[in-house]
Amino acid sequence: MNALPLAFPTALAMQSAPACVHCGAALAPGQPRFCCHGCEGAFALIQGLGLDAFYRQRDASAGEHRPAVEPPASSFALRARPGRGGTHSLDLMVSGLTCGACVWLLEQAMAARPEVLRARANLSTRRLSVTWRGDAALADTLAAFPARLGFRVAPWSPACLKAEEDSEGRALLGALGIAVFGAMNVMGLSVAVWVGSDMAEGTRALMHWLAALVALPTVLIAGLPFYRSAWSALRAGRTNMDLAISLGVLATTAMSLSEALRNGPYTWFDGATALLALLLAGRVLDRAARRRARQACAELLALQAGEITCIGPDGTLRTAPPEATVPGDRVLVAPGDRIRLDGVLEQGEALLDTAASTGESLPRRFQAGQALPAAAINLGDAFVQRVTARLADGSLAAMARLLEGAEQARGRYVAIADRAASLYVPVVHAVAAATFLGWWLGGGVSWQAALVPAVAALIVTCPCGLAIAVPAVQVVSVGALFRRGVLVTSPTALERLAACDHVVLDKTGTLTLGRPAWVPDPRIPPNILRDAAGLATSSRHKLAQALAEACPGAPPALTGVEETPGQGLRRGAARLGSAAFCGLDDAGDGMALYYRPADDTGATCFRFTDGLRPDALEAVQALGRLGLSVELLSGDAAPAVHRAAGLAGITEWRSGISPAGKAARIRALGHAGRKVLMVGDGINDAPALALAHASASPAGATDLAQAAADLVLRREALMALPAAIRTARAAQRAARQNIAFSLAYNVVAVPAAVLGLVTPLAAALVMASSSIAVILNALRTNALRIGRKAAS
Amino acid sequence: MTALSILLPLALGLGLLALIGFGWSLRGGQYEDLEGAAQRILFEDLSRKEPKP
Repeated sequence: MNALPLAFPTALAMQSAPACVHCGAALAPGQPRFCCHGCEGAFALIQGLGLDAFYRQRDASAGEHRPAVEPPASSFALRARPGRGGTHSLDLMVSGLTCGACVWLLEQAMAARPEVLRARANLSTRRLSVTWRGDAALADTLAAFPARLGFRVAPWSPACLKAEEDSEGRALLGALGIAVFGAMNVMGLSVAVWVGSDMAEGTRALMHWLAALVALPTVLIAGLPFYRSAWSALRAGRTNMDLAISLGVLATTAMSLSEALRNGPYTWFDGATALLALLLAGRVLDRAARRRARQACAELLALQAGEITCIGPDGTLRTAPPEATVPGDRVLVAPGDRIRLDGVLEQGEALLDTAASTGESLPRRFQAGQALPAAAINLGDAFVQRVTARLADGSLAAMARLLEGAEQARGRYVAIADRAASLYVPVVHAVAAATFLGWWLGGGVSWQAALVPAVAALIVTCPCGLAIAVPAVQVVSVGALFRRGVLVTSPTALERLAACDHVVLDKTGTLTLGRPAWVPDPRIPPNILRDAAGLATSSRHKLAQALAEACPGAPPALTGVEETPGQGLRRGAARLGSAAFCGLDDAGDGMALYYRPADDTGATCFRFTDGLRPDALEAVQALGRLGLSVELLSGDAAPAVHRAAGLAGITEWRSGISPAGKAARIRALGHAGRKVLMVGDGINDAPALALAHASASPAGATDLAQAAADLVLRREALMALPAAIRTARAAQRAARQNIAFSLAYNVVAVPAAVLGLVTPLAAALVMASSSIAVILNALRTNALRIGRKAAS
Repeated sequence: MTALSILLPLALGLGLLALIGFGWSLRGGQYEDLEGAAQRILFEDLSRKEPKP
């Protein structure tokens, strides 16, 4: 729920108000240079290392580099890998690494430490690799260092590794290299034949055979990605775009070989290899765009991943990964920790924030022996949980399996390019076969000569434009959305998003921020607020953190603070906490803190609410203008849902819905013919997300929800949603135009090819020009949208 | 023809050399962080230590 640093600086505020020297966030009145003590410390550190050039050259959003109050919680020492000669190395995921200046600062600052031998940061994957001389225990100190500069660090998790490890992408890039090499060299030889009309027969044969020598291995190796995909489609009884490509390329190569054997006037090796090179370039770009999104998702998830504290039989504590626990283990859940395993409360009482698992916005109390919902956050005192199921058998894993099933169902969605291909391929192949038979039987030429116009028809129609038509649009749109903070994780997400006509929103954490925010009260004197906030900085309680955030300039109370977890803080005679803790009685909803100053001049009440996202109303209205109806579906109680719906301008709302109920509602809407876009963040939303036609989850959503969603909104704003829908619709329009355009091309090109009028030179020109036209059209949609954005 | 017998192998050989170079750089991980590589040239390296094993 609170995975990202929080700051909502508007463009206006950044221009007029003074900004923090370190993180760039707007300063509150009375703050001379820094927004918080973390920033002051980071600035001093950077100055001390002589690295202040960082501030002149970095490119990051305001507040991005504000150091977290809490140091990273994970234990890194266990993850250090021993190397040769008493060295160790460690991989870290560093969030907030946004530009070259960040990479430079991080590498230089790490390298300035005497024990560090090597520090290398990867800007694309956000990975920092550090090697140092000394023991593994130094890992914790070294990992805490970037945090002091304002970067958030997390262990380099398997999810990060999976997102980075891209053997398929590397294979594509290798194939592209081979195809480009082949196409260039074959083209050189072909041009010699095209211009050398007075060439001797023997020289021409030499040229043909040299071209074959280069082209045959190229076609066999570089075409493999297409052949594989075509083969798997065939086995599943489908046709796809790759089948058309494979057949076109292989037929052209075979025909060229036959032409080389009988020393015909032209071979078509250049067409086959150039086609492969162009198509592979499209694939590589398409993949790179989505790889970036995948990595950004892995980064969000790594920040949430954590370890648990097990209590041994002798009472000793040790940290362990959640996978390593077995039923019967006892786990200590500290205040502020997320419950990661299924289990029961061993003794006492627990106060949990269950928003992620049920959608309730108010904390709930649990008694000893009660089962605790996994993914809930401990708001109260530390407690001991007895594990009842291993991670792999637990409720979270069951949910993940459920999601996989739903994902597979959605995997059957046929992309528009493949839909076009399934109509197009049989027609083209029928035309080619008819041409061959017509020339051979009807035209009375040899079968080798009849092959030439038939394959020429195949290659001019060979869906170069068609195969690039959709990837080109995808690359442009996915890139544009990435820059706006929308991560597109599924290849067909934009197509499905464009078709949506109904939006189902979750409340807690989606429409609202999912964490309490102080309701400003002008009656509270500023000095009281400052004192209370200063006291609150020492607690990890949600409300205390919200209070500390409300007054970032408050000097923290460093010493003498005593915390009674779940109740309040005490420093001398001053108290901050629940009503009972401050000796008052209040039958509130648990969303208030009381402060009694040391001189006992009367208590102050700070009220909190799970506020709407600042742009919720605007976003709902924008969705309405786009023609989508909006519905609110929440697991929370009716009054809270009603209030949120009213504030956001949503008329249709349902409350108290269970996860299964949400999924059922989505299914019912689907049966009624609606194309539903589900937006949710909790574990309880995950089945609904996977069932919906398209799905999105906001920043800070639980890992399961993010895994189920097609889009992840990386910034704390809902306005990205209507923007994404607009982009998806523009992309869909452009893709349709491109497909129509390549079909129109063929209306001219096919008759010419069938009549035997097309030479390899003409085919090369047609191929290149149609691809360029299609790519330009894709770029045009992006330029138009950006132009409109600038105008508005 | 004599010119061709020199020029053709030369042309193909140069192309092949470039392909081998590409394969080498691909395997060496030079395409892993294109964004970072583009940014890195803009910054002065202050490192006073040599990255020795």
